[in-house]
Amino acid sequence: MNQLLKLSDFSVSFTTPRGDLHAVRGVDLSVAKGESIGIVGESGSGKTVLSRATMGLMPSTATCTGSVEFNGVPLSDLSHAEVRNYWGTGMAMIFQDPLTSLNPVRRIGSQLMEGLIVRLGMSKDQARARSVELLERVRIPDPYAAMKKYPGELSGGMRQRIVIAIAIACTPELLFADEPTTALDVTVQAQVLELLAELRQEFNMTMILVTHDLGVVAGQTDRVVVMYAGEIVEAAATKDLFANMKMPYTEALMKSIPRLDQSSGQRLRVITGRLPDPTTPEPGCSFAPRCEYATDKCRAEKPPLVTTQTGHQYRCFFPIGGSL
Amino acid sequence: MAGSGKLHLRLDSDPLLIVQDLVVQYKVNRKSFVSAVAGISFDVLRGETLAIVGESGCGKSTLGKAIMQLPRPLGGTVVLDGVDITALDGNDLRDVRPKVQMIFQDAISSLDPRLQVKNIIDEPLKVWKKGTAAERSIKVDNLLNSVGLDPVVVRDRRPYEFSGGQCQRISIARAIALDPVLLVCDEPVSALDVSIQAQILNLLQDMKEKLGLTLIFISHDLAVVKAVSTRVLVMYLGKICEVATPDDLYAHPAHHYSRALIAAVPIPDPEVGVDKIRVTGEPPSPVNPPSGCRFRTRCESASQRCATEEPQLQEVGLGHFVACHHPVTN
Repeated sequence: MNQLLKLSDFSVSFTTPRGDLHAVRGVDLSVAKGESIGIVGESGSGKTVLSRATMGLMPSTATCTGSVEFNGVPLSDLSHAEVRNYWGTGMAMIFQDPLTSLNPVRRIGSQLMEGLIVRLGMSKDQARARSVELLERVRIPDPYAAMKKYPGELSGGMRQRIVIAIAIACTPELLFADEPTTALDVTVQAQVLELLAELRQEFNMTMILVTHDLGVVAGQTDRVVVMYAGEIVEAAATKDLFANMKMPYTEALMKSIPRLDQSSGQRLRVITGRLPDPTTPEPGCSFAPRCEYATDKCRAEKPPLVTTQTGHQYRCFFPIGGSL
Repeated sequence: MAGSGKLHLRLDSDPLLIVQDLVVQYKVNRKSFVSAVAGISFDVLRGETLAIVGESGCGKSTLGKAIMQLPRPLGGTVVLDGVDITALDGNDLRDVRPKVQMIFQDAISSLDPRLQVKNIIDEPLKVWKKGTAAERSIKVDNLLNSVGLDPVVVRDRRPYEFSGGQCQRISIARAIALDPVLLVCDEPVSALDVSIQAQILNLLQDMKEKLGLTLIFISHDLAVVKAVSTRVLVMYLGKICEVATPDDLYAHPAHHYSRALIAAVPIPDPEVGVDKIRVTGEPPSPVNPPSGCRFRTRCESASQRCATEEPQLQEVGLGHFVACHHPVTN
């Protein structure tokens, strides 16, 4: 398989007054060309930090260790300025909040054209023509008028489409979508997800979809990675994961979601407790304090990431349905 | 989607709240108004959980606030426990306020950042002179216990020291401090993680059973609504589309808008095919709403009649009402 992105023993920590905060801990992940991967987890699980750190979008308080290889190039050995060259054409990101990720005092057109001029060396006229095409592609009605508007004049769904248009402007090989639909209504969410799937096909893009919504993941991805407290706790092909969950955390997360196909008035299952404090890692399994199956072994010893023959990975001593 | 009509009201069952022809307008500029709520009628029986669902901008939050007379609706009546509160003002209206309490979407910013938790929950008790300082202090501890927070640990802390879920617990404790009869919850879990969301939904359910509360639950999340409500009201651009029990609504949506809303919810199962019923575009501007049925510009079954005549609510099943000229047949 043709590997596009490979993370090896990748960790990110932040220096805080309370000590080092370990946001991402020893992640190994490889993404093949054309694949669509979902990264799932609660807030604070490290999924957003993982995707931003991969792109090199980290503040100076962050320390990244381990290696990031993109198309065979070790990005982790490059300087910040060199990594920048990969932005737009190599990797691009759709940020979570369409309301704040656009510059409020610049017109849509100028924000769209910027990447085209800087990265692809287009002239202003070429960039303008291409921008109109892009706006049409993301189904903005009347793209010429939209070019002259400011973000504040557009609705949330329209702004998210603009953000998508900017991200795909230089046809990146790898697209990160960080909670692309969380701020949107369900009907608009469905439209945006459909658009992303189409664009992925059309440009043969690889996508990493970061979300807390297992429903979105189910319909959009080939493979799912579940994160908890900065670590990968389970990873499998999407169908395999939903049919055959191994990790108690994944199961608990799944059961806490209210579902349309369940009858009304039922009590929801809850995961008691909270994520562990990221400044003081637990000696054992990080999910053990909240896990209903946890034993003394789980609390004392850290379970390794096990890989089965089918490529299903999990980090648990007592996987659901027994170990394979 | 016009949703005028009152066929769905159950006036003979002595509802706790009866809202009729409620209209709320906001001024856009000197010339134009937007009718965020454009003539809505509904009722809530005692012990019921009525869910109000719709996309952003459909007027569901405005409707919730209008029930509390914040701001005063332009027209219509709100009868709570037999008293028309739109006719009250001054001290009479103030006397009604403790009976209706509200929980807001953004729990962290709806709590005063400079107050300690004990003062936040004590404030309504103090304002309404419920007992001496010592009695109130005991009551505050009881309230904190009842929402699952340890008073010893949380009493002296301030809101920023808590997570979103904990802040929502504090909001709930504050809302139930004055023993309300009706609790209006405006998107109480939409800012929370799925795992925390389930905890808060279960807590609301417990509180409802323990205190005999009646709930109005405003949400855009149809799956959450299905889990908590006993009756659902679907809104679009300030009007009612459909009223039904959740099981009826999700199994046999009669309005094209409800059907599209339900189809748009992603199902966490990769084996379930994607439902291809889609609404295109976004809601039109409420400043200048479409004539006749307000949903017709996005509806695939719209006819000439939909443009000229506003549909009235009609009964399509027991307790299932829809405002549509061409309801979906199953």
